[in-house]
Amino acid sequence: MTQTERQESRNPAPLRDVVRVLGDDGTIVDPTLDPGLSGPELVALYRDMSRTRILDERLLTLQRQGRIGFHVGSLGEEATIIGATYALRPQDWIFPCYRESGAAVTRGLPLQAFVDNVFGNANDLVKGRQMPDHHTGRAVRFASTSSPVGTQIPHAVGVAWAAKLRRDDVVTLAFFGDGATSTNDFHAAANLAGVFRLPVILLCRNNGWAISTPVERQTASPTFAEKGNAYGVPGVRVDGNDALAVIAVVRRAVERARSGAGATLIEALTYRMGAHTSSDDPSRYRTESEIRPWVERDPLERVRRLLEARRLISRADDDAYRAEVDRSFREAVAVAECTPPPGLHTLHEDVYATPPWHLVEQREALLRGSRPAAPPRTV
Amino acid sequence: MPKMNMVQALNDALRVALGRDERVVVMGEDVGRVGGVFRVTAGLIEEFGEERVVDTPLNEGGIVGAAIGMALYGMTPIVEIQFGDYLWPAYDQVVNELAKYRYRSGGEYSAGMVIRTPVGGGIRGGHYHSQHPEAPFIHVPGLKVVCPATPHDAKGLLLASVRDPDPVIFLEPKRLYRAAKGEVPDGHYTVPLESARVVRSGPDVTVIAYGAMLYEALDAAAKAAEEGVECTVIDLRTLWPVDIETIAASVRATGRLVVVHEAPRTCGFGAELVALVCERVFYHLEAPPVRVTGFDTPFPYSLEMEYLPLSHRILPAVLEAARS
Ligand SMILES: Cc1ncc(C[n+]2csc(CCOP(=O)(O)OP(=O)(O)O)c2C)c(N)n1
Ligand SMILES: [Mg+2]
Repeated sequence: MTQTERQESRNPAPLRDVVRVLGDDGTIVDPTLDPGLSGPELVALYRDMSRTRILDERLLTLQRQGRIGFHVGSLGEEATIIGATYALRPQDWIFPCYRESGAAVTRGLPLQAFVDNVFGNANDLVKGRQMPDHHTGRAVRFASTSSPVGTQIPHAVGVAWAAKLRRDDVVTLAFFGDGATSTNDFHAAANLAGVFRLPVILLCRNNGWAISTPVERQTASPTFAEKGNAYGVPGVRVDGNDALAVIAVVRRAVERARSGAGATLIEALTYRMGAHTSSDDPSRYRTESEIRPWVERDPLERVRRLLEARRLISRADDDAYRAEVDRSFREAVAVAECTPPPGLHTLHEDVYATPPWHLVEQREALLRGSRPAAPPRTV
Repeated sequence: MPKMNMVQALNDALRVALGRDERVVVMGEDVGRVGGVFRVTAGLIEEFGEERVVDTPLNEGGIVGAAIGMALYGMTPIVEIQFGDYLWPAYDQVVNELAKYRYRSGGEYSAGMVIRTPVGGGIRGGHYHSQHPEAPFIHVPGLKVVCPATPHDAKGLLLASVRDPDPVIFLEPKRLYRAAKGEVPDGHYTVPLESARVVRSGPDVTVIAYGAMLYEALDAAAKAAEEGVECTVIDLRTLWPVDIETIAASVRATGRLVVVHEAPRTCGFGAELVALVCERVFYHLEAPPVRVTGFDTPFPYSLEMEYLPLSHRILPAVLEAARS
């Protein structure tokens, strides 16, 4: 494949067979599919998306300043992440990969808990045991984030299965990337979901890239959605930069799941506008010109244009909201930064429900032993 | 008390577990209609229905991954992996997900479940129906590893594992499935995890074994007795966390240690047991500890009885330990 051919395949997809509601200019292109959000609902949606982006920018800055160790962002993918979250009900579970922390906050994970996590301090819900942005939120039915790609997909299937067995009205949604569709776990999960008609939604964020690997290297199928066919799971493609379209298709998938008809595979066509993570340098594998068409399709701008056309927010409202997010973030960071790291005694907790003898011994040795010296000076 | 073999005892345990707690589900390849390739789950689907006794597609990673989800939702899956040799396709889900779920969520979530699987050689199963893979699982923090040797313990340990809040890898010595027979109490009872059993007492040498090799160790101990060497034989029952007190107390008394396991020698569980004994009771040792194990080769087919550390290899090790 030539360079241009490769680039074209990641250009905004030809929009045949792709669900769209909101045009790039913020007008409704397909009223029949419009999920019909009220004015206040649209404003809340926009704010959740814009908070996700602001937090993303601020966290990247903290990482660049050396104040946190790592960041993985969702620039350009907010419509998929927040739209899908919007379409779920409180009892439904989210199984994230690592790029959906915006969903945790949208679901109600307190901002302080969110920030404590990236600092890995004593108040971090996961006790400083994971890299930044690997959130867990049992209270908001947000599963534990794992770094290994694809492993959460069978878990989502399992919770859906258990809920079905217990006759609970619960649907689960697994987020994963285009790269994850190559893992064993994706195929295992899609197959189980199909065979047992489980109330699960498999949501593939096709953002064009798996680190430096383009989608053509993940699959020779023209689409990811059609992979569902092999498993008896209907696939649907949606414009992943169109929050209203994402809400519409996820809602439809929720309804299908609740009715007992089973799972849906959703391919959301979007684009990873930022680096893979703070450790990545995309200039080594893609050009700026590839990003340009996606700037026109910015998911946030599209909703903002709709809101402005409907006179639901003004520039001043927007600025005030952004300032408010900024202020509360700065406050949370101030608290998190002066919160000590997790106590040494926590290191051996939660391996088992009750620590067996060998962990008790190891903990005592740690607590009795000497502390690490400052790192040796290098010349 | 009824007399049962190990298959019947395990089947009884599963029936009791399914009967007393509706959150328990049994799932795996061929566990339903056919009752499992070793018939451990026979009759369960008829009694409890196909929602609770589930014939799954052939994908071990998927089975364990989905079971983790069920456990997160508060159910207690009992997964059967058809052979221990097919735990490897699920290894990632076991090591990176199951074992770490509690820890990495800061205790917010846990995934208590049991993975049952037949292990060990001696049934002419070749490379892929004979492995005894305890060590890689013992090495993974967050897992418990159990291996019964008697029908009584098989039932009691399985019921204890089902109730345990942590994930348990339950290794069933398939050579004992029909060979081990004994009295098994009716209804629900548990054998506490982390408790070894002293099967034979003697002042001269401590022999540690588990699973099918227990009987080989007992046979060697009987032959050693004919030569005037009296052994203590310990059946570990739970491999991890191991009952270190029982081991240390015995070695303190005998000063001599022989560890027996079928799995390959290098980095096998025997290495850990010897290290633990050296750390704790080194000054009580009268002789170098000895390991009698499988070889560091893939499990062979024709020569499997040469590979296994049977009584004829344990006896000289015991005599050597006693006389050095
Ligand atoms: C099993 C596994 N292999 C490799 C990695 C390293 N890795 C982290 S993210 C990633 C790419 C994933 O791409 P995709 O699924 O498309 O998700 P995206 O990052 O684009 O959201 C890779 C290879 C990993 N985390 N897990
Ligand atoms: Mg991707």
